[in-house]
Amino acid sequence: MLRVYADNAATTAMSPAAKAAMLPYFDEVYGNPSSPHSFGQAAAAALQEARETVARCLGAKADEITFTSGGSEADNQAILSAAAAGEKQGKRHMISTAFEHHAVLHTLQKLERQGWEITLLPVHEDGIVRVEEVRDAIRPDTALVTIMYANNEIGTIQPIAEIGAICREKGILFHTDAVQAAGHLHIDVAAQNIDLLSLSGHKFHGPKGAGVLYVRKGALRLQNLIEGGGQERGKRAGTENLPAIVGMAVALDEACKHLDQHTAYVTKLRDRLIDGLSKIPYARLNGSAEHRLPGNVNFSFPGVEGEALLLLLDSMGVAASSGSACTSGSLDPSHVLLAIGLSHEVAHGSLRLSLCHTNTEEEIDHILAVVPQVVQRLRDMSPVWKDMMKKEAV
Amino acid sequence: MAYSAKVMDHFMNPRNVGELDNANGVGEVGNAKCGDIMKIYLDIQDNVIQDVRFNTFGCGAAIATSSMATELIKGKTIEEAMELTNKAVVEALDGLPPVKLHCSVLAEEAVQAALRDYYERQGLPVPEKLQPRCSGSCDHCHCPS
Repeated sequence: MLRVYADNAATTAMSPAAKAAMLPYFDEVYGNPSSPHSFGQAAAAALQEARETVARCLGAKADEITFTSGGSEADNQAILSAAAAGEKQGKRHMISTAFEHHAVLHTLQKLERQGWEITLLPVHEDGIVRVEEVRDAIRPDTALVTIMYANNEIGTIQPIAEIGAICREKGILFHTDAVQAAGHLHIDVAAQNIDLLSLSGHKFHGPKGAGVLYVRKGALRLQNLIEGGGQERGKRAGTENLPAIVGMAVALDEACKHLDQHTAYVTKLRDRLIDGLSKIPYARLNGSAEHRLPGNVNFSFPGVEGEALLLLLDSMGVAASSGSACTSGSLDPSHVLLAIGLSHEVAHGSLRLSLCHTNTEEEIDHILAVVPQVVQRLRDMSPVWKDMMKKEAV
Repeated sequence: MAYSAKVMDHFMNPRNVGELDNANGVGEVGNAKCGDIMKIYLDIQDNVIQDVRFNTFGCGAAIATSSMATELIKGKTIEEAMELTNKAVVEALDGLPPVKLHCSVLAEEAVQAALRDYYERQGLPVPEKLQPRCSGSCDHCHCPS
């Protein structure tokens, strides 16, 4: 049976080049970059090279790159550092959106419990924050605007450059969680007026366990989440995960070099999927079709529940994701789907398929053959669907 | 979270799916907002459940517990069916992940709701055992209604 991995927004397979680049750093160049001997210095040189590579891919300078354990750590450190900087100036307000990743939302909630005021902007039916609403929400005591570059569930791309320009004009720090964007969309931190940016290696065919926090030089003083040695200019203690950092840098470089080519190919696959799945009765595409990550497809199918959909799809060789409560591990369906105005009922029946450049036309054919069958099978035993059809018939 | 082989079997090949045109007891419990609704149809003749069908909107565990509950009461007397507990459903399925236990409660409640409907249709007094234990906000459903 054909097995199709369509969950690349969750994580990706490692690129062969990135994997190969990592291997020497386990048992050949294994020194500690902090050691002054030749073993350590060889490692330190590799660390510096990785830093320069990542910086180049983002339009940044090497000393603006801090390596972290991943996107969540970078988001936490960015927001908590901005909070510390804000406190000093008597600012206790932040602006974000209702559909950020939990790494951002939960950090903001932590600040809220400490007396901060948090404005979560609406993202409207199309899943896009409005630039004017960002501008209107800015107050004299606003310390940070943090808005994701592209949403992890519905793939909608936010007007980052426009928001960055407003924040720069008003002298307010701007952070973007670019975990879903890095390696998939063009990023130029200078041109886009980004002060802080988070990314994660395993979302673009790098290894898990490595991420980046970019901080524009002079923007703010980073606060440590981990105290200890002087690694990462004293801002992130702990011996560097050099194999993962090297792998991430190679993967990002590769992704950025092939970005336009991959975008064109993956967009074509995505649009075929969207066209095909739209034919399922009452299918609803979640999020803007236009301002959307090349690999993201997210539909709701009223009358079915997402976890059941995923289990059946898996049994037929398709690995995907859903925003239903049963798959989120909580009792509520995805906050992202609720933020774009879906009812709980409809949000439970969502399906996310996220593609990458290694997916094939044949795999798309398979998905298009299987999803309608599975949706129908679940609807055939669904009292919710039957009630819908009865009301329809009246 | 992993399902037992038995849960997967009842999810992939659910028993007694469908509706019964001649049902004389029908019960529906759950809330689409919470992500699961179960509807059970009973055909009761001479105090015995001759036939049973279900329709369920819900996750893998919701479908599997519905299927197992119908298996456990088919051919049983009303009194036996009345004694079906969520625990019996869970045991018959070789266990459920803790977060899915509410699905088995829903299955027990769906059977009882169908039996209650049978008594009401027959104009018979509803046994104490089958009195509804919740009024619209059942404890299996934690989401705001």
